Amino acid sequence: MSIAFATIHELRKQLLAKEVHPKEVVESLLDRISSVDSRIKAYNYLHPERALESAEKADVSLPLGGIPIAVKDLISVRGEPCTCSSRLLEGYIAPYDATVIERLRAAGAILLGRTNMDEFAMGSSTENSAWGVTRNPWDLSRVPGGSSGGSAAAVAAQEAIAALGSDTGGSIRQPAAFCGCVGLKPTYGRVSRYGLTAFASSLDQIGPLTKTVADAGLLLEIIAGADPRDNTCEPEPAPSFSTKLGEEIRGMTLGVPKEYFVSGMDPEVEAAMQKAIAHLEGLGAILREISLPHTPYSIATYYLVATAEASANLARFDGMRYGRRAPGCNDLLETYGRTRDEGFGREVKRRILLGTYSLSSGYYDAYYLRAQKVRMRIREDFLTAFRDCQAIVTPTSPMPAFRLGERTEDPLQMYLADIFTIAVNLAGLCAISLPCGFTQAGLPIGLQIIGPMRKEETVLQVGYAYEQSTSWHTLRPPLG
Amino acid sequence: MDHSVPTVGIDVAYVAGLARLRLSPEEIETFGNQLEQVLAYVKKLEEVDVQDVVLAGEEKGFQNRLRLDLALPELSPNEALENAPQQRGGLFLVPRIIE
Repeated sequence: MSIAFATIHELRKQLLAKEVHPKEVVESLLDRISSVDSRIKAYNYLHPERALESAEKADVSLPLGGIPIAVKDLISVRGEPCTCSSRLLEGYIAPYDATVIERLRAAGAILLGRTNMDEFAMGSSTENSAWGVTRNPWDLSRVPGGSSGGSAAAVAAQEAIAALGSDTGGSIRQPAAFCGCVGLKPTYGRVSRYGLTAFASSLDQIGPLTKTVADAGLLLEIIAGADPRDNTCEPEPAPSFSTKLGEEIRGMTLGVPKEYFVSGMDPEVEAAMQKAIAHLEGLGAILREISLPHTPYSIATYYLVATAEASANLARFDGMRYGRRAPGCNDLLETYGRTRDEGFGREVKRRILLGTYSLSSGYYDAYYLRAQKVRMRIREDFLTAFRDCQAIVTPTSPMPAFRLGERTEDPLQMYLADIFTIAVNLAGLCAISLPCGFTQAGLPIGLQIIGPMRKEETVLQVGYAYEQSTSWHTLRPPLG
Repeated sequence: MDHSVPTVGIDVAYVAGLARLRLSPEEIETFGNQLEQVLAYVKKLEEVDVQDVVLAGEEKGFQNRLRLDLALPELSPNEALENAPQQRGGLFLVPRIIE
């Protein structure tokens, strides 16, 4: 089997035993990319020479020594483009490394290329990219999910050993579910956001997309931990998240929120979920129905809070200091207006408009402030629920991957697809998505395990126990 | 103060001005219809009792975390200017704002 099909853990063993050289790993991935990426389009750009150069001098004794990692195209890598899949940042070259990139480099990782995404991380399908759509490796007529769709598709199509994505409302977990890989959204404050292009600063977190749960834990350990350049980052050093991998989950109480099993869920997703619950019971876990009564309000809350923050964060893209500037304008306001009109895609404009509106005079209390208050109610729901259980299990998405173009004309329908992932960000919790079955048509289905704040080791423990006693994670898309 | 959601529709052209977006008439119409739908949907937040909610950061004893007031290495002027659409003499060149 090609080296590209290996997990981080498998590859580390082979590299340490000198069975493979880091250069062979990079070459194997480049071969794989050249044979499948014309169909998938997971990558926005690659740096083959730079990756091969890093491979030559890679120190395999380091925790990620010689392991290539793909990075979502909104995290700054010094000397490389960082387009956020937006025309507005065409030609921009990042002048510094994000903290997570510094940490990947220090751990010996090789940066292979940058993955496609919804523009500025706004979307659930990777269709809102200025550089074209990414396709789902399991069915090329379907979306890979989003916004980290390129990262998920790259991992699933064996075009990357692992990848980094970012998650504001489900943007790591939902594409991981659609593509049949593992995606981990860390607790808010766990991973530094320095060098992550800000979408909604109180919700954004960087996290791993990987082939296995153990790989997600390892990659999180590398990127997590205090950073004086991000004051929302936890000041304590990150613990080892993988210590509980392999510990049994017998006697552990897992909550199943009754509000998540209402009408509208795809029947095949629901059936897979019931089987997953029965499987966890078979492993000795105690499944208990819980209530998260404010669930029906999470999407409305999210689309007010996230767009308000986005409208402020994206004000920096004005064509003055970096990025494109519309030529031939007569004055400052025309320069701003045309630069932003020509640079931003439709979904980004829609969200900036909604955010600006909800923050504007006369509407602030009714929309933004109310949403922030409802957000606290959503958080209280989880705090109460976690008194009776150690983790919560849900589907990651109410449906499997949908068809390209199916939801682009109806923004509200697209937003509603995020119902199971959004509350986790609003409450600042951690959660993982991992494969738990397939539809009859061969589309992956994702199981989400939600943990309290700072309990990544619990979601990894439950995820690992499920994964290692099932075989879903060993299946590969039919790409040849 | 009246905290109920206003029923007046969204004036997209006005909001676009606030957001420094120059939209085409077609965009104004499309976005207007779509945002009306979204705003109708978010009206459901009115159902939630938010009396006595204490917002994050407003809890008793909450303290902001501040970094030490130290000069740290930052981008050099040349690095900061590398991506400038226009520059002259080590400065960003921007459209005239004072006539």
